[in-house]
Amino acid sequence: MKKSLTLVMTLILTFALAACGQGDKSNNNTAGNEGGANSAANGGNGNTASELSGSILAVGSSALQPLVDQASKNFMDQNSKVSIQVQGGGSGTGLTQVSGGQADIGNSDVFAEEKLEAGPAGELVDHQVAVVAMAAVVNPDVNIDNLTKDQLVQIFTGKITNWKDAGGPDQAIQIINRPSSSGTRATFEKYALGTKTEDLPKAIQEDSSGTVKKLVGETPGAIGYLALSYLDDSVKTVKYEGVEATEDNVANGTYPVWAYEHMYTKGEPNEVVKAFLDYMVSDEVQNGDVVELGYIPANKMQVKRDVDGNITK
Amino acid sequence: MSAKTADKIATAVIIFFAGIIILIMAGLLGFILVRGVGHISFDFLTSAPQTIKAGGGIGPQLFNSLFLLVLTMIITIPLGLGAGIYMSEYAKPGKVTDFIRLIVEVLSSFPSIVVGLFGLLVFVNVFGFGFSLFSGALALTVFNLPLMVRITEQGMASVPQAQKEASLALGLSKWKTIKSIMLPIALPIILTGTILAAGRVFGEAAALLFTAGMSSPRLDFSDWNPLSPMSPLNPFRPAETLAVHIWKINSEGLAPDAPEIAAGASAVLILTVLLFNLLARWVGRLLHKKFTATK
Amino acid sequence: MAQSREKRKIKQHIIEEWTGKVFTSLCIVLLVVTIFSLVYFVATKGFSSFIKDGISFGEIFGGTKWKPDGEPPLFGALPFIIGSFSTSILAALISAPLSICAALFMVEIMPKVGRKFLQPAIELLAGIPSVVYGFVGLSVIVPLYRDIFPGQGLGIAAGASVLSVMILPTMTSIATDALAALPPGLKEGSYALGATRWQTLARTVIPTTLPALMTGVVLGMARAFGEALAVQMVIGNAPHIPHSLFESTSTLTSAITLSMGNTVMGSTQNNVLWTLALILMLMTFVFVFIVRWLERRANR
Repeated sequence: MKKSLTLVMTLILTFALAACGQGDKSNNNTAGNEGGANSAANGGNGNTASELSGSILAVGSSALQPLVDQASKNFMDQNSKVSIQVQGGGSGTGLTQVSGGQADIGNSDVFAEEKLEAGPAGELVDHQVAVVAMAAVVNPDVNIDNLTKDQLVQIFTGKITNWKDAGGPDQAIQIINRPSSSGTRATFEKYALGTKTEDLPKAIQEDSSGTVKKLVGETPGAIGYLALSYLDDSVKTVKYEGVEATEDNVANGTYPVWAYEHMYTKGEPNEVVKAFLDYMVSDEVQNGDVVELGYIPANKMQVKRDVDGNITK
Repeated sequence: MSAKTADKIATAVIIFFAGIIILIMAGLLGFILVRGVGHISFDFLTSAPQTIKAGGGIGPQLFNSLFLLVLTMIITIPLGLGAGIYMSEYAKPGKVTDFIRLIVEVLSSFPSIVVGLFGLLVFVNVFGFGFSLFSGALALTVFNLPLMVRITEQGMASVPQAQKEASLALGLSKWKTIKSIMLPIALPIILTGTILAAGRVFGEAAALLFTAGMSSPRLDFSDWNPLSPMSPLNPFRPAETLAVHIWKINSEGLAPDAPEIAAGASAVLILTVLLFNLLARWVGRLLHKKFTATK
Repeated sequence: MAQSREKRKIKQHIIEEWTGKVFTSLCIVLLVVTIFSLVYFVATKGFSSFIKDGISFGEIFGGTKWKPDGEPPLFGALPFIIGSFSTSILAALISAPLSICAALFMVEIMPKVGRKFLQPAIELLAGIPSVVYGFVGLSVIVPLYRDIFPGQGLGIAAGASVLSVMILPTMTSIATDALAALPPGLKEGSYALGATRWQTLARTVIPTTLPALMTGVVLGMARAFGEALAVQMVIGNAPHIPHSLFESTSTLTSAITLSMGNTVMGSTQNNVLWTLALILMLMTFVFVFIVRWLERRANR
């Protein structure tokens, strides 16, 4: 009985290994190539980097995850003894875990002060690695290309329920919102609407950008909002107060709907974590992965903003 | 309306509804396979996923799913067998046994999300296993265990009483009787049930979102030391399974071919579950033949 | 010599006996400990919203307003509870006749065809992961309902449709077992009296197996009640009591998955989400007790 069981187990394992042994080849190839390219680009850094060793666990925001994931792969290619694990789970989870000491880095879409109590939030050190901007999007059949702040507020508070009252066709408005706990929604409400909104009956709420995009694209009269990296032809991007949501407009402060992506550490980071965070804000990542993934480099910003939303040049 | 007509109508209605089920089934399978199979290739099954570029695969996810399954089964099978044997052979009928049986029943109908949250709280945070394969395997064990117990009980109950008594009369100890006489006879039922339960593990996502995590760190498939952090065999690394990956690329996928990858991965998942079902049938028949032939 | 061998044999016998007993007892103890800790942890977390954050029972179970960010924050979970019940009951209503017909087909009408085609088909349905169901629901059922009915397609109707297919296997397999376990004499007696098949089914078979059939329906409902990801994708997630089946609403599970990751553990909103999980758990107990009660009736 035991024999046959072992047999089944072995079979499963062999199959798995066979499947992945192949994966390993292609993996190594691409890794090798990237590593080569990076160390060439990085030049002098090679010496100090090779001494680093240790492991880093970064947990949190699913919006920031792709960037950290991508950057960590390159960082590990340059520092073969460092292992970085990047976890999703949401900004709340990230802040909980970094504050509780389970994670080294907590990724968050919002300032820690907005989620945590003052005590634990005070222990965390903020590292702003990128900026993410959001734009209102509508179904492609809605022939509207600009919405004022007032119109948006009226739409999202349910005062306008038909597009004809906002200068569009005679069609009912369908709101595709985010859950009230979402960092994306907090940013949109704070900087685009300037007011908190309630969840309206009949409004649809989805937590994921992919689903929001799918639903806005398919549902007649739909309106929602997406980070710039998710925009494509399946939805129509509208201007905000006449300003187009472009990287330049965000950087020079004319387009206000944006937020920092934060990587929090508890107290000052240790050597390895610090090296990785430095790498995140280095030109290599800021001009490479950050731009490629549709974020806006933090160092390009000509304006700064604090927790309370005060903007300084 | 005569009784005969009523009979005919009723039969027609029943056949009609049975037909609907087949149609739903065929439609569902067709929808998933037609959209997905075209995307399956050797490269797709083995290469690593891409964050933003097209052409990513599901290699690590497939490996994670299988590895998690093996881990879960390593924990579940001995525990489930032991508990099942206790329930069927050692437990004395009474209030305590009834209570345990109730507990097993309750555990088996717990929503997977509740089990996942429990895993997040206890395995991930309190025990400090973090988001890892191990936490995931423990969470899956929690809801596979009752199934395993029930399967074992069923298998043990299928053993003819006479065989058990004959063995005991020969002076063999009860444990020896269970181990050498009863288990082999019960094996076909237990094994078939186990493989079907394994299929369930393979498709589970809700509980794993909170325990095994949603990221797959780079794996070094040439490193087979289970303690090294980049080794695919390390049980304490976070791992995204196939089902979780489908959920993730559907919701946050940035790659231009995300829908195709989701469709392809769904097809792979279904084909694997199908494979499990066929395997269960085949193993069941094979063992049945073997044991009935030697008798 | 012989005596000592005898002794050793007895000793070995006793050791064997004890290993077996200890091992299996340990397993069962572990099982019991697991479930108790599960209940304990979820319950303590779930009650903390009442104890630590001072939210009243009445607010959560009677409140219809869910505004965790409002001033003051409101945590009325009634919309979720109503959403969960209406979705799972509707799913059971759709699925019950289908599954009972499928079982009758397999046991009474064409056992051969049934076993060859229907049985594997249903087993396969059971193996399809819930994520895939949700995905198909979002790509097929939602656009279909959007075109046919007023509203956006998402809502209780879409959720119940997806769930009804998901719980079909559970219900069918229990119904099949119940029908197959019926003593043949009962049916033969009915046929001997000249009854047609339908008369036999309607007057003898179904009434006798009714409690067992109901067990299947309740277990299916329990599964529908606890399903999370598939429902979340198609229900719309507005925290309001809907006015129609095609209007966005939430269930307990969708509310949990939607916000659990976004909130910080220990915060009021997070604690209330754990309370929702506690409600889910308590409902599981209720379902199990209904099933027990039905089984006792079936055995009488």
